[in-house]
Amino acid sequence: MSNIKYILGSFGDPDEMMHGIEKLQENNIKIYDVYTPMPIHGIEAKLGVKRSRLDVLAFFCGLTGTASAFALIYLTSVVDWRHNIGGKPALALPDFIPIMFELTVLFCAFSLVGAYYASTHLFPGRAPRVMDLRATDDRFIIAIDAKQNIEHSKIDGLLKDAGALEVKYNERKYVSYE
Amino acid sequence: MSGHKESILREPLITGRDITYAKITDDILMPVENKPNRAWWIGFIMALCGATLWVVAVSYTFWFGIGAWGLNKTVGWAWDITGFVWWVGIGHAGTLISAVLLLFRQNWRNSINRSAEAMTIFAVICAATYVVSHMGRPWLAYWVLPLPNQFGSLWVNFNSPLVWDMFAISTYFSVSLLFWYTGLLPDIATIRDRATGVRRRIYSIFSLGWSGSVKTWQRFEAVSLILAGISTPLVLSVHTIVSMDFATSVIPGWHTTIFPPYFVAGAIFSGFAMVLTLLLVARKVLGLENYITMFHIESMNKIVMLTGSIVGVAYLTEFFIAWYSGSEYEQYAFINRSTGPYWWAYWMMMTCNVISPQLLWFKKIRTNIPATWILSIVVNIGMWFERFVIIVTSLHRDYIPSSWAMFYPTWVDVSVFVGSIGVFFTLFLLFLRALPSIAIAEVKLLLKSASEQSKMEEIREGHLNKEYVAEYIDSLNKFDSVKQEEYAKL
Repeated sequence: MSNIKYILGSFGDPDEMMHGIEKLQENNIKIYDVYTPMPIHGIEAKLGVKRSRLDVLAFFCGLTGTASAFALIYLTSVVDWRHNIGGKPALALPDFIPIMFELTVLFCAFSLVGAYYASTHLFPGRAPRVMDLRATDDRFIIAIDAKQNIEHSKIDGLLKDAGALEVKYNERKYVSYE
Repeated sequence: MSGHKESILREPLITGRDITYAKITDDILMPVENKPNRAWWIGFIMALCGATLWVVAVSYTFWFGIGAWGLNKTVGWAWDITGFVWWVGIGHAGTLISAVLLLFRQNWRNSINRSAEAMTIFAVICAATYVVSHMGRPWLAYWVLPLPNQFGSLWVNFNSPLVWDMFAISTYFSVSLLFWYTGLLPDIATIRDRATGVRRRIYSIFSLGWSGSVKTWQRFEAVSLILAGISTPLVLSVHTIVSMDFATSVIPGWHTTIFPPYFVAGAIFSGFAMVLTLLLVARKVLGLENYITMFHIESMNKIVMLTGSIVGVAYLTEFFIAWYSGSEYEQYAFINRSTGPYWWAYWMMMTCNVISPQLLWFKKIRTNIPATWILSIVVNIGMWFERFVIIVTSLHRDYIPSSWAMFYPTWVDVSVFVGSIGVFFTLFLLFLRALPSIAIAEVKLLLKSASEQSKMEEIREGHLNKEYVAEYIDSLNKFDSVKQEEYAKL
């Protein structure tokens, strides 16, 4: 009994899983995390996951890109080495716009994806923290910490009532280490 | 969202009976998890021969220089830049499908975005090889970068559209790659969790440890949306800047303000044609008829028709403006295009790009797979000729009649072009084997809301407007993957 670390409710249908989350929350059972093969809309509100601030970061990194591009062009072709092209002004702003735009997008995209990978701990070689191998295929998994929520039979009942096809008692947190 | 049902009037995006989440995974991963079939091997060997030809031709060019090509003093740009613009243009459809259609919430993109984005990446690789090989001294390709050099502190000319192009193409390539790869993570994890042994290790590294937890998915969707938002202006900027390679020069025939929108429309036009060329074969060979349905094919055909018509209007406008400008050089450039020694190339372009897509007004043609496939190839031939006409006919009769010349390609020109098609197909076929050709997670999203079986169930429940149901069943007639008999019973 005490060796059980996590209880997993394995659902075959996302709506039933959402129902399961509601049931558990009504009974004050804390949900550790939910693993699904596809994004489930509305789940973050239920589980109290805060809105991502990645958009704010992307915006400011984009602006950094704009400024860097302008600085690069300005310092090279206006300050460092002025070209005399038919007597036209060296600070030819319309000509600077394409590169300023491209670097805005470049900085924005790379910092956004970089921050996303960092914040969700995605990097090459990371051991996948998978609790149930079918969570990336056809099962929607609700994971409950078995040590904090000791009424195991009640949890089992709630999950099965909501439509769970299977309830698993895992003695290790992640199966993927095997 | 999973619980939400869409209107019965909308055509289904997934057809077939007994489709479950597990079946979607199995169907899409079939080519990845099994040994390739004969069709794949035949295609791959042919593509590999093409790629070998490309290696030979490009090595020959590097060794002997640009003189190996048919260029002359008058026509200094020909098949190289034609090929470059052609490939970059083809790439545009992938970003359009993955970014613009995401912003417009067009759910049908979910089953075609993955392979279209892969196509984008491979097409841009092909385009980039042209840029490098047309430089003459490719080992000095880094000179286009803004680096202080040892020959004095002269920087690159930031007023030059060629420098803008370098920034545009490299940004486009790397951002497309990021977008594509981030979208692939959940699907790579799916392969990982089903595989064993070495395969599992490899896919595990490439999945970056994806787990599919709530927070990962929530951030994933935010990231996809922002990337789509920035990729949309990016894709428009790329072909705009490509067109500026010509439009900012003062060559009659090139110096036109219509070029940016005209090039962008042409790029989407040829890109969708290429997506059709690839996917019509792939859906058949890989048995993906239930996911890439007739609705997808028809929708893409409509885009081909629309952008083809925009291109047609652009051709006519360009011609009209040449006359209206009153500039005799501009007028001559256009008269020469249509009636000069390259008249055949001009009329080839007109026939393939303006007349042939008009056939798609007919529903019979739009929903006929062989006809669509042939038209998609015709469009790409036409788009190649468009770039050839713009580049070569504007150059070949320059300012002094004594220097007028024609362009004759050598075997190297031809081999570089044919070979680049080989490189493209080699990469694409390897992609089909190694990675899922359809975004599995995104297609799963559609199962409960937009699949034929969920709509069938709704009809069975019988709370729907009879007229709407009749219209819906009528719209299913064109689908080659729908069994009509089952609807007769209802």
